[in-house]
Amino acid sequence: MTAKEKETTKSKQQNDEITGSEAVIRSLIAEGAEVIFGYPGGAIMPVYDALYDYRNALRHILTRHEQGAVHAAQGYARVTGKVGVCIATSGPGATNLMTGIADAQIDSTPLVCITGQVGAHLLGTDAFQESDVIGISMPVTKWNFQITTPEDIPEAIAKAFYIAASGRPGPVLLDITKNAQFGKLKYKYAKCHKIRSYVPEYPVNKEKLTEAATMINEAKKPFLIFGQGIMLGEAERELKSFIDKTGIPAAWTLLGLSALNTDHPLNVGMLGMHGNYGPNIKTNECDLLIAVGMRFDDRVTGTLNTYAKQAKIIHIEIDPAEINKNVKVDVALLGDAKKILRLLTHIVSPNKHKEWVKEFKQADAIENKKVIHSDLYPEKPGLTMGEVVRRVSEYTKNDAVIVSDVGQHQMSAARYSKFKHSRSHITSGGLGTMGYGLPAAIGAKLGEPNREVVVFAGDGGFQMTIQELGTIAQEKLAVKMVILNNHFLGMVRQWQELFFEKRYSFTEILSPDFVKVADAYGIPGILISDRDKLDDAIKTMFDTKGPYLLEVNIEKEDNVFPMVPQGASVSEILLSPPDAAK
Amino acid sequence: MKQEYIISAYSENHIGLLNRITIIFTRRKVNIESLTVSESALKGISKFTIVVNETKDKVSNIVKQIDKQVEVLKAFYHTNEEMIFQEIALYKVPTAPIMESDQIEKLIRSHNARILEITPEYTVIEKTGHKEETQELFTKLNQFGVLQFIRSGRIAITRSPIEKLSEFLKERDALLAKIESKGKSSKV
Repeated sequence: MTAKEKETTKSKQQNDEITGSEAVIRSLIAEGAEVIFGYPGGAIMPVYDALYDYRNALRHILTRHEQGAVHAAQGYARVTGKVGVCIATSGPGATNLMTGIADAQIDSTPLVCITGQVGAHLLGTDAFQESDVIGISMPVTKWNFQITTPEDIPEAIAKAFYIAASGRPGPVLLDITKNAQFGKLKYKYAKCHKIRSYVPEYPVNKEKLTEAATMINEAKKPFLIFGQGIMLGEAERELKSFIDKTGIPAAWTLLGLSALNTDHPLNVGMLGMHGNYGPNIKTNECDLLIAVGMRFDDRVTGTLNTYAKQAKIIHIEIDPAEINKNVKVDVALLGDAKKILRLLTHIVSPNKHKEWVKEFKQADAIENKKVIHSDLYPEKPGLTMGEVVRRVSEYTKNDAVIVSDVGQHQMSAARYSKFKHSRSHITSGGLGTMGYGLPAAIGAKLGEPNREVVVFAGDGGFQMTIQELGTIAQEKLAVKMVILNNHFLGMVRQWQELFFEKRYSFTEILSPDFVKVADAYGIPGILISDRDKLDDAIKTMFDTKGPYLLEVNIEKEDNVFPMVPQGASVSEILLSPPDAAK
Repeated sequence: MKQEYIISAYSENHIGLLNRITIIFTRRKVNIESLTVSESALKGISKFTIVVNETKDKVSNIVKQIDKQVEVLKAFYHTNEEMIFQEIALYKVPTAPIMESDQIEKLIRSHNARILEITPEYTVIEKTGHKEETQELFTKLNQFGVLQFIRSGRIAITRSPIEKLSEFLKERDALLAKIESKGKSSKV
């Protein structure tokens, strides 16, 4: 704060009544917010006016679209573990947030979204830029609330942060009418620590814990699968201790990626539709499945009719509504993953499961021969997504934050990036939101300014939020953008090839010259199409200070394999297209 | 197998919560057969009573989703056998047939119904009971031409001796105190 700002603040404090708008800003600061993302407009102008006095205490990032603001807040929340904050005006500003809010809801990302609203006396009159934001956001928020009087602001914001971050995290929306922003209140802030009707987590049930430990000790082929709950519960170390002691192989969901070091000997890879061969087939061969902080999404399980029927199942989960939702389990351990894994590790017997782990390595060898080798070291001239991802990852010594958009490249990024640090893989999992990558990378870079942040995007997804190049340019953010361009909406094209008789209905997409577009924003970049240019281009990208755009022309009709076709069993995972397999 | 279940939920009295609860059903394409909301024995706490015809698994999942809403204190479900329940129906019939014969009077007596209002043109009859009972009376009265008919949503009470809400609130306070004192690292 400058001396003048301090003076202003001081005088305002002495005056003891402040505006609702100033209360919004001060409450955000009281909750530890440092960076917020947003876009001004009529109904939120008082808040922006108050922000002007605090612009050095609270960094505001002006995105080019409200969807960019909410995805950036998500990226920020995912790398830092803090609550992401975004602000938008009423009507279209608020509705533009909804995609990101829905994304945050399904991916359990803590957000506080603040929207302006028309004055309380105009509610329900179809006033200019009025929309029923509470109604619209209800199905996609953990909690939402409309504030119509200034006095309610501090308490509502305190509740919002508490609800967003506690238990199973999620997005919260506060809709603040203009009169509440203009009105005055005696400001006093108290953080929220409990709400009578809300139980963020249940205490661990000791009997069930013992029951689970017995099952783990008796299992011959135990298999642990984990999701983002490990990161959300800050249980990375506990997970590692647990598998180190028990010798149980562990596989991750797309959102669980980076919670366990890629090179850990018991990290056996990714689950699900485009996951690794071993984790999928072994799901249907293990005798005990221990699921931690994951929700048995259909992309992970394939058909439930044949999912892990032979196995006993333990589900460690903070959200009671996830228990028996998709998969019926034998023992449900409700509560915080960190506490439960710590307690379990104390009471289980040490083990090695050498033979069982070897079976995973054998499956790896098969996948390596049939899929991975040709992805990473292709003999054909065209570049593959896999080789680009791996080279970028290796260049950063597997130390970068990898952000991806949605589609084929997303699967390649997850399969071929390597990770040493938790919270380093940021992607839209549950909702599969194309356009997520670029703005999420903005948030990730602001959250982790000292680490390299690389976003992989396809030519389709990049164009969905391409305007955020403006935000990157204005804020001078060193986001490294890698466009893997196959001139198709690749994942849909892959499905059309495999399941719709190659009827490529509207998946061929014309793109602008991305390097020129970047150049128009003053962002340097290069387009390459040849393998022998790849290493130099990657080096230039990281050597260049600030943002950089690397566009790589990729083999046009490559497919992502392995693949569990939709509706098939995880043990029916394909290593090559069905025709080739015959 | 689908059957009738009574879902009950206690919640804070909060604007919009009804919408939050009903969209849980809408999203899963589950029809609400009846719904009643009113203040419970404790001031400021509302009680929802919702009747659905669904499988046990689906009802169980829906109840967990209701329970998950921040302002819901507790949600649970019961079969009809586990609860005592009642609905109320009002029937408006023309007064003339009552004057002309004793048939309507007999129906009122035999169905334990009662008359709320008589005017020269119409008479309002009230009956409480299960749906089949109020429906049966409707069918019989309709011979004389029912002018208007309305049935309420179901209200239901468990077979346990007292409403345990106040006890539940004490337990909840203890639970929250336990979680709080153990202290989870603040992520904010």
